[in-house]
Amino acid sequence: MTAKESAGLCAEIARANRLRALLARGATYFFLALGAVVMLFPFFWMFTSAFKTPQEVATFPPRWLPAAPRFENFATVFEKAPFGIYFLNSALITAASVAGTGLVTILAAFAFSRLKFPGRNLLFTLLLSLMMIPFEMLVITNYETIAAWRLIDNRLSLFIPFLGSIFYTYILRNFFLSIPDGLYWSARVDGAGNWTYLWKVMVPIARPALTTIVLLNAITSWNSFMWPMLVINSTANRTLPLGLYVFMTEGGINFELLMAASTVVVLPIILLFLIARKQIVGGVARGGMKG
Amino acid sequence: MTAPGKRKYAYRDRPLARALEPLAYLTPFLAAIAVFTLYPVINVVLMSFKEGYQMLTGRFTQVGMENYAYVLRDRYFINALQNTAIYVAVVVPLSTILSILIANLLNRKVKGMALFQTAYFMPMVTAVTAAGLAWKFMFSRDFGVINQILSWFGAGKINWLQAPEWSLWALIIYGVWSILPFTIILMLSGLQNIDETHYIAARVDGAKSARIFFRITVPMLAPTIGLVLTINTISTSKVFNEIFPLFNGRPGPSYNLYTVVYYIYDQFYIKWKLGRAAAAAMILFLIIFVITMLQQVIQRKWSH
Repeated sequence: MTAKESAGLCAEIARANRLRALLARGATYFFLALGAVVMLFPFFWMFTSAFKTPQEVATFPPRWLPAAPRFENFATVFEKAPFGIYFLNSALITAASVAGTGLVTILAAFAFSRLKFPGRNLLFTLLLSLMMIPFEMLVITNYETIAAWRLIDNRLSLFIPFLGSIFYTYILRNFFLSIPDGLYWSARVDGAGNWTYLWKVMVPIARPALTTIVLLNAITSWNSFMWPMLVINSTANRTLPLGLYVFMTEGGINFELLMAASTVVVLPIILLFLIARKQIVGGVARGGMKG
Repeated sequence: MTAPGKRKYAYRDRPLARALEPLAYLTPFLAAIAVFTLYPVINVVLMSFKEGYQMLTGRFTQVGMENYAYVLRDRYFINALQNTAIYVAVVVPLSTILSILIANLLNRKVKGMALFQTAYFMPMVTAVTAAGLAWKFMFSRDFGVINQILSWFGAGKINWLQAPEWSLWALIIYGVWSILPFTIILMLSGLQNIDETHYIAARVDGAKSARIFFRITVPMLAPTIGLVLTINTISTSKVFNEIFPLFNGRPGPSYNLYTVVYYIYDQFYIKWKLGRAAAAAMILFLIIFVITMLQQVIQRKWSH
């Protein structure tokens, strides 16, 4: 083989390799796009149908896009049911849950990581074993407790039972444990007590873990359906997912209105997801979502 | 903030305060867990043996096995067990296989991956009721887009939500879609933990990509697959919320689609038979417990 021939062969192999790489990348994109279309389709259908006319949602074959976007659907939804109140309730309860559970979790995680007391690790192991109990098993008794406290149909009952979370405490404790001890002792020498050290040093350092907890808790709280359905009766106390469900059972099947109302429910959380996707996905990868 | 010397002195001076300090930090958490997790666990066990238990008064006629006997003979509970078993047996393997394939694609280093991840993970954050209503519309017999797409392939109209023989499949399709994002995320993080050098070594040896996938990726992913199987079996055994938007809060078009948790809800919240609900909850827990243990034993054998 001459030098020229072998150079030509090399070039041919390189070209074949490039072609194969190109084909592989093309196939990757094709299958990824196909799957993405399937996963996103219900959202596409929800958002476009929210702008359709009553005639457009009741034909076969269905129309994929509205002839002209009909914004009145949203006005009608807010007229027919107090979605403004539902929205406010959801926002309030999510905020209360994030703040309340966050505070309880920070205090407990600090005790389980930084403070020393007899039986600490045994107690923590016992708590972890409670994590495998499904909430569905506890619902009956928790309903009785809430009823005994006269909190049925009270918005307080939507976050009080969830103030103590073993899962979130577990995430935060692990993060706290990774903070070096040296920091603690130098803070003590500087005269900081435990309380000061927790809020001035540990909490700022643990911001990534706290962000995860806040995001997962906010999503769970915003989307919660089963528990609010059990404990809330009156219109004024309903949250968005519950209000949407009642809107369907009482208002009949007007799909253009149902899709407009569904859009109102999912849009805030989708925006949150678009902003904080990395933290949410990272948090889910670390331990899954509760419930 | 106090001076360092004073602080240390204060501590030595008050050993009781020092001993009680962890308790002060733990009290809110432990109180919440005691009232809303620990007490209910104990109570549901006791309640399941109380016959004719009345809520609020707490009265019951006697202690015995009657609740269990009733539930295990109730044809709606048997139906619930069957439906839940089919749902778990289809959704768990299907979502596991799909998620391995998709995570494998998402793990490749090509441009625009963030966009694809957003698309695949979006269903995870949306409320069950809202997404369920979109599916309800898509499944509609007369106006649904799913029947339109099927008609392109020559299929006739399927009555997804009103025909008892199809309703479970509608629930399963919606269930796979909603559990996939979470499953893909776990698989993807499992893939990213596989050491790159295994792949390089295989490629140097000239292995084809299909061979690499089955000989390296799948075995190395085994612990993650085990974790996914366990978590998804538990969560699909509790299928409940999805039923409400699809079937207007009823268990299927002709009361054919009870699931175990729906049965618990029905006995508790509709019929106010709390003892029976508690017995059904205990049975659910036992099933979940046994499945978890079995999977762990199998996994341990598999990995050796």
